Amino acid sequence: MSKASSASAVGAGRRDKGLHNTLVYIRQHWQLYVLFMLPAFLLTIIFRYIPMGGVLIAFEEYNPFRGIFGSEWVGLEHFQRFLNSPDFMRYLTNTLKLSIYGLLWGFPAPILLAFLLNRVLSTSLKQKIQLVLYMPNFISVIVLCGIVRILLSPTGLLNMMLGTNWNFMTMPSAFRTIYIASGIWQGAGWGSIIYTAALSNASTDLKEAAVIDGANIIQQIKAVEWPAIKDTVLIQFIMSVGNIMSVGFEKAYALQTDLNLASSEIISTYVYKVGLLDGNYGFSTAVGLFNTVINVILLITMNEVVKRMNDGKGMY
Amino acid sequence: MAQNKKKKSEFAKLPTEDKILTGAGYALLAAFCLAIIIPMVYIILASFIDPVTLQNQGLTFDFSKWTLTAYQRVLSNSQIWIGFKNALLYSVLFTIISLVVTLLAAYPMSRDDFKGKGFFNLLFMITMFFGGGLIPTYLLISKLHMLDSMWAVILPPAFGVYNMIVARTYYQGIPRDLQEAAEIDGANEMVYFFRVLLPVCTPIIATIAMWNFVGMWNSYFDAMIYLNSASKQPLQLVLRSILIQSQPEPGMVADTQSTAQRAQLAELLKYATIIISSIPLLIMYPFFQRYFDSGIMAGAVKG
Repeated sequence: MSKASSASAVGAGRRDKGLHNTLVYIRQHWQLYVLFMLPAFLLTIIFRYIPMGGVLIAFEEYNPFRGIFGSEWVGLEHFQRFLNSPDFMRYLTNTLKLSIYGLLWGFPAPILLAFLLNRVLSTSLKQKIQLVLYMPNFISVIVLCGIVRILLSPTGLLNMMLGTNWNFMTMPSAFRTIYIASGIWQGAGWGSIIYTAALSNASTDLKEAAVIDGANIIQQIKAVEWPAIKDTVLIQFIMSVGNIMSVGFEKAYALQTDLNLASSEIISTYVYKVGLLDGNYGFSTAVGLFNTVINVILLITMNEVVKRMNDGKGMY
Repeated sequence: MAQNKKKKSEFAKLPTEDKILTGAGYALLAAFCLAIIIPMVYIILASFIDPVTLQNQGLTFDFSKWTLTAYQRVLSNSQIWIGFKNALLYSVLFTIISLVVTLLAAYPMSRDDFKGKGFFNLLFMITMFFGGGLIPTYLLISKLHMLDSMWAVILPPAFGVYNMIVARTYYQGIPRDLQEAAEIDGANEMVYFFRVLLPVCTPIIATIAMWNFVGMWNSYFDAMIYLNSASKQPLQLVLRSILIQSQPEPGMVADTQSTAQRAQLAELLKYATIIISSIPLLIMYPFFQRYFDSGIMAGAVKG
């Protein structure tokens, strides 16, 4: 290894020598390429890059018998049709509302839990609480939505406690609350892990000094604990903002009913229905591409924001 | 006992306003824990109660109304067992294949001298942001004649870029001396990787394995679009028809007299189904717990 790097230093500036060195390196370390990289490389090319070429059908009237290269080219027609359709704004706002409200409510929850856990005086009690809080994370989306449907059914636990018989699953106005609250129920405990770790890195000396100086809890949080997790909070927040358009399909689809579609139909569920269920391949791909492009723009913007704040070091 | 005393004195030492805040914090935590525990306990209890009673009276501790019918019906149905078997098969295969591919690829990417690192890095990173989307991927799977084959569910996600980054970062934390010593002893990359590097990386391997296993066990989307045969459905799809679509396997409710009865029974089966499907994860939970900590460290890599 050291032989190869010193040789490349000598050959710097001369291209053919550099190429020669590369070839020597590859011959010496062929195992790295053939045994270590090849499986990942092939999987990436086949299952990631070939479908990227397939986005061409977003610009075609795709005909399965004629294939990608034989189908009729329609340019931006699908995009125009989608952007001009009355449903477009509904799906877009449903998607955005679900993720923005989800972020607003869901983001602070794990931070709050981490602060609360940090204040539990007994270690063994803290571990027991954590065990309970982490558990819902391992429940599958289907089981979670099954539990939600049972508890919220007209004869379910919630109605029993309220003494009513509302059918929450059929109410468009309840969908977002159900989606976000169940998300916090499932994920807040697990999400607190990263903040708990950051809090445990807070300097104990500093904390002891603060306690000796008579700082109360609010002052300790301001002076010691918040500075310890500030960076983690910021990075997590920016990453969440970058992912605002990628609301997961699985949970939204499992919480949909025919009657709550007014608020539960989001772009990813629409892509699935119009594409695989109705067979409008070209149109569905165009809608999906639209979503991906917005997401990429958001991510790049957020990465630039991080770079500005972080001395030129981005997230990726 | 002594520890208990210490705890009390620690709390007693706090100024009054801090006592109030700490108390309020405990109350909030308790409320959150109860919000998790109550629905679970409710579902466990309800799964034992006769459907008519449950619908009319709710929970009851009149044990004459308790029954194991729901469990018998769910467990005697073959589809749920097929689901378990398939989920286990897919999850184990996926975990192994994904670990092999991801751990292997992470090694060259962790070496400073690896030529082509920049190229591979870009190649992999792009896939984190941009993809072909649903239909182009579906068409590819169909072109490869992988529709209704378990490989359609296992192979496309087998190389996880994020997991690769996590493993790579972990490798980079292993002292270089180990590698140099191995090279002086004449070990080639394969020998070094398997004999020296992997044995000291077990925490991160276990963590990634846990993520892979749980992820595959819990997902349903790929199976829903690619696997049509009932004999190939993983557990989550079987659960989906029972829990979400309220369509239990015909065998489970075949003997009911009226549609109303059938609907009641379908509701009751949901409770038992949730319990039965959660048992494997509950058994594995204490085992997973050992790897939560290394999971945090790995998760912090991303941030």
